[in-house]
Amino acid sequence: MIWTPIGSINDIPRRGARCVATPQGRIAVFRTGDDKVYAIEDHCPHRGGPLSQGIVHDASVTCPLHNWVISLETGKAQGADEGVVRTIPVRIDGENLFIALEALASRAA
Amino acid sequence: MAQKLVVIGNGMAPGRMLEHLFETAPGRFDVTIFNAEPRVNYDRIMLSPVLSGEKTFDDIVIHGDGWYIEHGVTLYKGHKVVAIDRVAKTVTSDHGVIEPYDRLVIATGSTPFIPPVPGHRLPGVITYRDLDDVDAMLLAAQSREKAVVIGGGLLGLEAAAGLNARGMDVTVLHLMPTLMERQLDPAAGYLLQKAIEQRGITVITKADTKAILGEGKVTGVELKDGRIIPASLVVMAVGIRPNAALAKDAGLAVNRGIVVDDGMLTSDPAILSLGECAEVAGNVYGLVAPLYQMARVAASHLAGDTSSRFTHSETPTKLKVTGIDLYSLGDFADGEDRDEIVLRDASAGIYKRIVLKENRIIGTVLFGETSDGAWFADLQKKATDISQMRETLIFGQVHQGGPGADPLAAVAALADDAEICGCNGVCKGKITGAITAKGLTTLDGVRAHTKASASCGSCTGLVEKLMTLTLGDGYNPAAVQPMCTCTDLGHDDVRRLIKAKHLKTIPAVMQELEWKTSCGCAKCRPALNYYLVCDWPDGYADDYQSRFINERAHANIQKDGTYSVVPRMWGGMTSSHELRAIADVVDKFAIPAVKVTGGQRIDMLGIRKEDLPAVWADLGKAGFVSGHAYAKGLRTVKTCVGTDWCRFGTQDSTGLGIRIEKFMWGSWTPAKVKMGVSGCPRNCAEATCKDVGVICVDSGYEIHFAGAAGLDIKGTEVLGLVKTEDDALVHIVALTQMYREQGRYLERIYKWAKRIGLDEIRRQIMDDAEKRQGYFDRFVFSQTFAQVDPWEERVSGKDKHEFRPMATVGYAQAAE
Ligand code: SRM
Ligand SMILES: Cc1cc2nc3c(=O)[nH]c(=O)nc-3n(C[C@H](O)[C@H](O)[C@H](O)COP(=O)(O)OP(=O)(O)OC[C@H]3O[C@@H](n4cnc5c(N)ncnc54)[C@H](O)[C@@H]3O)c2cc1C
Ligand code: SF4
Ligand code: FES
Repeated sequence: MIWTPIGSINDIPRRGARCVATPQGRIAVFRTGDDKVYAIEDHCPHRGGPLSQGIVHDASVTCPLHNWVISLETGKAQGADEGVVRTIPVRIDGENLFIALEALASRAA
Repeated sequence: MAQKLVVIGNGMAPGRMLEHLFETAPGRFDVTIFNAEPRVNYDRIMLSPVLSGEKTFDDIVIHGDGWYIEHGVTLYKGHKVVAIDRVAKTVTSDHGVIEPYDRLVIATGSTPFIPPVPGHRLPGVITYRDLDDVDAMLLAAQSREKAVVIGGGLLGLEAAAGLNARGMDVTVLHLMPTLMERQLDPAAGYLLQKAIEQRGITVITKADTKAILGEGKVTGVELKDGRIIPASLVVMAVGIRPNAALAKDAGLAVNRGIVVDDGMLTSDPAILSLGECAEVAGNVYGLVAPLYQMARVAASHLAGDTSSRFTHSETPTKLKVTGIDLYSLGDFADGEDRDEIVLRDASAGIYKRIVLKENRIIGTVLFGETSDGAWFADLQKKATDISQMRETLIFGQVHQGGPGADPLAAVAALADDAEICGCNGVCKGKITGAITAKGLTTLDGVRAHTKASASCGSCTGLVEKLMTLTLGDGYNPAAVQPMCTCTDLGHDDVRRLIKAKHLKTIPAVMQELEWKTSCGCAKCRPALNYYLVCDWPDGYADDYQSRFINERAHANIQKDGTYSVVPRMWGGMTSSHELRAIADVVDKFAIPAVKVTGGQRIDMLGIRKEDLPAVWADLGKAGFVSGHAYAKGLRTVKTCVGTDWCRFGTQDSTGLGIRIEKFMWGSWTPAKVKMGVSGCPRNCAEATCKDVGVICVDSGYEIHFAGAAGLDIKGTEVLGLVKTEDDALVHIVALTQMYREQGRYLERIYKWAKRIGLDEIRRQIMDDAEKRQGYFDRFVFSQTFAQVDPWEERVSGKDKHEFRPMATVGYAQAAE
């Protein structure tokens, strides 16, 4: 895997998210209340809402457009809703965050 | 002949290693130790009790001078090794001693990290690592002056508690929102902060140090937000770094720490390393339990047994501040494949959380009551399947299988004279007696007849259990609709308890009201955030992560992820200057759509999030402020042209509308609030379908409220008639404040009014001058904090991060 540095965990507020711009679209990087970091496509499986803009609670995010709840770990919609968004591997080394871009490249190919 | 073993550093790790070595292979080595600290091996962990006065240095010595003599160890006290010559196999100390070795052990520990802020070298700035630091603190404490501790982790808090016990006035500055965030979740962090503050220590979180002030000596600390905290002593406790410089100079492999394999060998097989300076499998350690495991491995290795291997294991964290019980172990992050069990006992200040994965414990946080820590740790270590005891697990070991496992049984076992409601002194017998005698079936009934749970409400759970016991199925506690699945309490109870118990943060509410989840959900968090903003305008720090995106980004999100921006046009009035500014902004940022809204102002739609601050900056220059078109707050005040122009106008409806909007903008409300002022009963401003409306008439101002024209259509009700414009403003403001204080989150005025009763509202606002004035004054006070243009704030840099991607990556790769 190619790990690409994207910044520090401190760049993301707790229970918040930031996005990373990539050629294949935006990736949303989340930090939970207890400092776990997850990355998923910034694109809700419902109608493409920007998940990075939602409210983060536990390891889930509530989409800002129509309130689907998406698991940050699996990318799956929770509850009665059905859909899944791609997850992207993240590595934390001390404060530094890396994502596995390769996973993106392979998708583009 | 004995081999020469040289040890650099005389801390806890090598001390333990030598004990093992002398036991398993006595006489095998001739040992020489160099220690930069001029003293024998002591229990560094116990420096905090020395600082606070609970122990003396003699109490914490591990190996006295006699031990070194007994084992023939040469100890160079106060000698720092400055060079290792791996070819000649010698080390050299700063006093010029050169010592040859066959095997070398590097155990140089850690060095405290000192952030390079201006002033960090001033006398009076110290770290917390060794006895010299403790002595320096004790000397400073004699002055009984002010001290600042930078860092709210384990070390910082122990230093703060010690200095406080020695009579200093201590402030802890912590960069993160909650204390010890690496070991504790926010709920436990909140309780910890409360316990620390109860000792008289001031805690400032989210405190970013800008500089240490003083000339020739420390006088204070300046924060990035401009605050200055006076201090004659500053203790830096922000973290430690493995002390690997010597090894690096000698050409050994060094990453974060000195790289060793799981047998403690460095990249040079003659040299071992252990303790905080060593890095094994990518990990460095800062607690002694793993260091002691390293000591065992290193000792057997030196004794010739190379089968012993270091393996990673989790170490619990405890804080050594007398009276604060805290325990944390393992991984307590949330996750979909994980389950949590939370127990909160607000009156006893207890919080326990166990994180489970596949029915096995993977993390534990305990606060206030930690006696079961070891038991949980054992279950975690052995990966015991806990499904059999799941219901009672959190109550601890003694409750497994035994009595007390059923919470109702515990209440049933209480004596009749056991006190249930502390506020009103009501005992169990009185409550059960009243339930039977008066045939009570609701909580409100019990409250009315016995006063139990009618004040602070913290005994509500107990009272409900008594009702279940007495009435069986006849009692249905679910009659109150809970706020969400995180709590059994309804909105009204939560609002009441926030005031009664002076709860001022979201973690405080969740702890004291015994929330069932650790960090809430997207339903309760925005509601709690509003209640706290409303109830403590001067004391609550708005939690942006608990606001919906529109309120966080101060613009309306659109279906494609772009935003729309609606500036205020006071009372619907505008000018050529404003219109020109809007036209320029639209051109400059290529804004795809411009629309006149239903609220008498102009909406610019399709703006990229990154552009928002620049758009606002330009609008701001033309005098525009946010129209809060996104807010649960005051939206628009629609007006008609009124006496200024209209042949039927009876009063200055445009002027009054502008006045109301300028007075009330920026205020947060339970749901959005829209107003209208019409100059005559022809009602061109549609005031009679607004949350609050005014119909001007010859004799004055007819105030209307509780209208709606959205999901429901409802004409307004009349509140009353007032004579002057000033009166109209006071009544409208008072009405809004009453709604702010009582409304449930997302409940529009018409729904609130229906619940409270129109007459009750008229009575309080029209007839009770004192009540009205009280509401008015509270609104005015709140506005002094709320009337800040959020756009201007963001243009000047607040929440910058919100508007930019954190990184742009991968374009180079894609081009290849
Ligand atoms: C822009 C505008 C339509 C327009 O082009 O004219 C508008 C646009 C939206 N309205 Fe509205 N409403 C607009 C005037 C109205 C009006 C008329 C008025 O205010 O005079 C009403 C009926 C009056 C009322 O509120 O009772 C109205 C009743 C609603 C409702 C139903 C509220 C209800 O409680 O029944 C919603 C849904 C909600 O708030 O949950 C809503 C929600 C929305 C949202 C915020 C939808 C959303 O959640 O994203 C739309 C945002 C679009 C955007 O980004 O600007 N909008 N909306 C109007 C902006 C007024 C302004 O200047 O601030
Ligand atoms: C106040 C305080 C409270 C703590 N509380 C706890 C706790 O509750 N629980 C817990 O598990 N851990 C706690 N710790 C951490 C624990 O004390 C350390 O993990 C442990 O002492 C580290 O041991 P060590 O042998 O690796 O290094 P140290 O004990 O740091 O020993 C390193 C020694 O090497 C010397 N040295 C460095 N460079 C050279 C050189 N070039 N030449 C010669 N000598 C050199 C240093 O002077 C130092 O004496 C606490 C630490 C402190 C400071
Ligand atoms: S009526 Fe309001 S909420 Fe519905 S589509 Fe139009 S702007 Fe959006
Ligand atoms: S786009 Fe996410 S819920 Fe509709």
